[in-house]
Amino acid sequence: MPTKLVVDCSTGVTTEVELTAEEIAQAEADAAAFAVAEAERIAAEEAKAAAKAAAEAKLAALGLTAEEIAALGK
Amino acid sequence: MANTYTAIATVTVGSGGASSIEFTSIPQTYTDILVKYSLRGSDPANYINNRISFNSSTSGYSSKLLYGDGSAAGSANNSVTTAVDFSAYSTGTSATASTFSSGEAYIPNYAGSNNKSLSVDHITENNATGVITALTAGLLSNSAAITSLKITPGSGTFVQYSTATLYGIKNS
Repeated sequence: MPTKLVVDCSTGVTTEVELTAEEIAQAEADAAAFAVAEAERIAAEEAKAAAKAAAEAKLAALGLTAEEIAALGK
Repeated sequence: MANTYTAIATVTVGSGGASSIEFTSIPQTYTDILVKYSLRGSDPANYINNRISFNSSTSGYSSKLLYGDGSAAGSANNSVTTAVDFSAYSTGTSATASTFSSGEAYIPNYAGSNNKSLSVDHITENNATGVITALTAGLLSNSAAITSLKITPGSGTFVQYSTATLYGIKNS
């Protein structure tokens, strides 16, 4: 059974407490939400990188040098 | 550390790991509180985003994040409203062995009767590019005084030797 550490600040005593069924369910829901949130963040990052690469390729096809393309981003 | 800081309590995770770390019965005698942490998670990732929640509240949270993760910099909105997400990144088991994240969350006016805000800065450790450093701004739209604070891994558990210390701050 998973446990949590609970520190009572009024006494300084730390107790290891088994998670309740509700807490386990919440942890599982949080883990699922975490996976979704992290996937969304990574997908957004990858989409941004892909768009940048595509834009740079189009600029290169128009005849801009790598230095000129890099200068646009500054 | 300035002498206005008082260490209220410290916890270190034992060999069995921990699904969360919770500070309860937080004294209401300080101006602000600060939790500093050194965390490593059991999840097979370079880093894991964790959550901070208050008073066992499971709604009313929001947060925004600025980050750099070794390959890009960016920003993100919290899509999880059951806690302040992205608020305590921990190093995962894919990162260099025996490394831990470092971070702190500052909660001003925690005992007041307004909504509660917090600011967090954190960085994970890894001898590779898979790391993240971030600044998080969080809000709990609830005016109750904070009497408990919990840090929960986004997935997996905190491993042995992860630590967290809660400080009370007066005259800030």
